[in-house]
Amino acid sequence: MSETSFRLDPLMAAEEWKKSGRDVAIATVIETWGSAPRPAGSHLVIDGDGNFEGSVSGGCVEGAVIAEAMDVIGDGKAKMLEFGVADETAWRVGLSCGGRIRVFVERLG
Amino acid sequence: MDIANLERLNAARRARKAVMLVTDLERGTDRVILEGGPVDGALGDAVAAAFRSGKSATCEIDGGRYFLNVHLPPAHIVIIGAVHISQVLAQMAALAGFDVRIIDPRTAFATPERFAGTDLTADWPIDVLKDRPLDAYTAVVAVTHDPKIDDFPIAEALRTGCFYIGALGSRKTHGSRLDRLKKEGFSDGELARIKGPIGLDIGASSPAEIAVAVLGQIIQALRSRDITSPKGDKA
Repeated sequence: MSETSFRLDPLMAAEEWKKSGRDVAIATVIETWGSAPRPAGSHLVIDGDGNFEGSVSGGCVEGAVIAEAMDVIGDGKAKMLEFGVADETAWRVGLSCGGRIRVFVERLG
Repeated sequence: MDIANLERLNAARRARKAVMLVTDLERGTDRVILEGGPVDGALGDAVAAAFRSGKSATCEIDGGRYFLNVHLPPAHIVIIGAVHISQVLAQMAALAGFDVRIIDPRTAFATPERFAGTDLTADWPIDVLKDRPLDAYTAVVAVTHDPKIDDFPIAEALRTGCFYIGALGSRKTHGSRLDRLKKEGFSDGELARIKGPIGLDIGASSPAEIAVAVLGQIIQALRSRDITSPKGDKA
């Protein structure tokens, strides 16, 4: 991978952030149903100040994932989140494309 | 995620090795597996299948739930010819996530000033490709119009099964190129794999627009290729 693409790579960012002493959470798309903008395996990494790199959707649920990541960084307990047109959260921050995604959020440690 | 595992994972990715992170979703633990590395039992079968398909997915084994996140090496683009199009294409392709290198024996073209930050070799393709051969994860873009420079890497790309082969030139230039390659023993079917004139038909005219057309065509070839039997770099 080239230097340019490494700069935008969430897992490379996570390693670099952690080594520089920042708290880091990693969110991973685990499953998708229907039309989902980012495939399973896509990452969003978040630090303790809410800085982030990467994506788990087209930008529609990242805000909610970042908020949950703050809890995960705080107590170290991993979380499984689900977003989609069918649930209540989705009504606020759902996927406009009509799909559903499951996102695993864990602390890097 | 374990930080030591993340370091191992990233190191393998930097080295262009096919690698996987297996996460136990109930325990929250993970492990790194390089392609070809030993994994026992039912998990081993799932791991092998995921490496083959290149698709990340969850699986249930013996009552446990696992997420298998596969990382295959990013595709390479080898550009033959250090021309104006190559200057723009190298930057665009890097942004799109490709590894890029440029080969041109003409030292007047292949200058570090014109290609700052790009992997550039001022030597003949026949010599350069000996040390760093082409493979199925590589796209070859030949843009010199000079048979002495372009013909060998195009033939080599056909022999090694590169997922994309494109050659710049008018229909007439491309016609004579096909005649020469046919004399080397390539069939019409094999030669049909060469995109010439190069690039998607979007009416591109400037070097930057031609670079967009070429990059678009490379992505189209990459995403529509047969992934049932990927030939990634072995660990």
